[in-house]
Amino acid sequence: MAQLVASRRPGRGIPSAPELAALSVAGLLLFFAAWYGVAASGWVPSRFLPGPQVIAEMIDRLAQQPYAGYTIQVHTLASLKRFALGFGLAAALGVPLGLLMGWYRWLDDLVTPLFEAVRFVAPIAWVPFAALWFGTGIGGPILIIFSGAFPPCVINAYRGARQVDKVLVEAAQTLGAGGLRAIGEVLVPAALPSIVAGLRVSAGLGWQSLIGAELIVVSSGVGYLMVQGQTSLQTPIVMSAMVAIGVIGFVIDVALRALERAVRRSWGDQG
Amino acid sequence: MFRNVKRAFRRSDQEVLALDDVSFEVGEKEFVAIVGPSGCGKTTLLRMAAGLDFPSAGSVLVGAHEVAGPGPDRAVVFQQFALFPWKTVEENIGFGLRCRGTPSDARAAIVARYVELMGLQGYERAYPQQLSGGMQQRVAIARSYALDPDVLLMDEPFGALDAQTRVVMQEELIKLCRVNPRTALFITHSVEEAVYLADRVVVMTRSPGRIREILDIASVRRREAWEKLEHVEEVMDLESFVHLRTRIWRMLREQQEGAAVPGVPAQPA
Repeated sequence: MAQLVASRRPGRGIPSAPELAALSVAGLLLFFAAWYGVAASGWVPSRFLPGPQVIAEMIDRLAQQPYAGYTIQVHTLASLKRFALGFGLAAALGVPLGLLMGWYRWLDDLVTPLFEAVRFVAPIAWVPFAALWFGTGIGGPILIIFSGAFPPCVINAYRGARQVDKVLVEAAQTLGAGGLRAIGEVLVPAALPSIVAGLRVSAGLGWQSLIGAELIVVSSGVGYLMVQGQTSLQTPIVMSAMVAIGVIGFVIDVALRALERAVRRSWGDQG
Repeated sequence: MFRNVKRAFRRSDQEVLALDDVSFEVGEKEFVAIVGPSGCGKTTLLRMAAGLDFPSAGSVLVGAHEVAGPGPDRAVVFQQFALFPWKTVEENIGFGLRCRGTPSDARAAIVARYVELMGLQGYERAYPQQLSGGMQQRVAIARSYALDPDVLLMDEPFGALDAQTRVVMQEELIKLCRVNPRTALFITHSVEEAVYLADRVVVMTRSPGRIREILDIASVRRREAWEKLEHVEEVMDLESFVHLRTRIWRMLREQQEGAAVPGVPAQPA
């Protein structure tokens, strides 16, 4: 594989890693340049589209002076804490449920119809119940993140479990592995790539749902910051919150992608 | 001691008779090969011995006990190798020992012994997909042997290998069985492979799967001193080998012609 890539590198077609990184940077620069250009040209009132330099200043200010009760770091941490709890709960319940549904046929038949119906209810639809059941406590946002993050955890773990090569399970049984060991040492590792792919999707949806939840049911967090900025017509604050949401989502995804790569390596995949 | 009585077996969905009144025994430390066309139920027989499948009538006995499920006393070598891709060669070979609860130092010693016996030195920490097919099957055989099983069940273990690797593996298996004789049931498509490896060859027919004949190879092998020859092709050149091979081929051909009746349902092997 290494020689193959090396022999291709001088030719056209497949760009090298530094070239790709340069492209990514160029894309970002182009975006900010266009943004700056449009904002500075005066075509659009600055209240509707503040330039990037305004946002940068605003973020700096929000980091030092509390707005809507807290600094932007504290808002971000509050959001992250809710995210970690909701996403963690979704993964901790969803992955085992999906695996067991793939392993035991009866559980599959028992749970699937209900699950297939409930998963189409958008996370935001739970907001009234989140408010009703939990008030402004931490339970509300967690319920909403959970409703976004749970289905992909279940579905991917289930698919992973169903796709496990049956002969591996049989091999483990003939080698003397009991049920628990077969699940722990064959089913879980065999399904792991699919599980991790599910966690990535789930984290993305969970993070999005959280922001939706914070627009409504809480009094801290990035989503709350955004809605406060909106009610006082402070577009730079709204955009600062959007930047924070994007950056954090990106970081979460990078972390899970690293996890994905680590899993592939532990499978002996060198690529 | 492996006593094996097998009988009628029905496929549940369509009530196709896959195996009809099959009875034979594999003696202690005897190597029995089953040959037959695809769909004669030979793999089903092996799976029943392994406890991965069950007869619809009759019984499968290992020793004095009816087979109730899979167990490490009957090791299986699968055609697709069935190695755990997330485990290294060492971890694969040691898996069964770990299930058994063998302490780690004893386990390491056993693993090292089979790594050496199967010529896998230097690959202990490699993952299966980094190895060639032949090497992977060596790992699978080592994994089975490491448990010191009473019975070795091999389902076309060399079927996925290229012709040259296959020959090398056949010679290795013969050597391994000489050093370390086991009661063995070996499924194959290849008549040559069966005659070369086995003490007895069970020839099967299809639709329904029945035993056509059981040939005694061991007595011929002893009489003609096949063991003195090191290589497969030398043995295959002997008149006694050619004679046996031709006999089996004739049996298989005659059933093929006889079975060319339309409407006979095809079944998976």
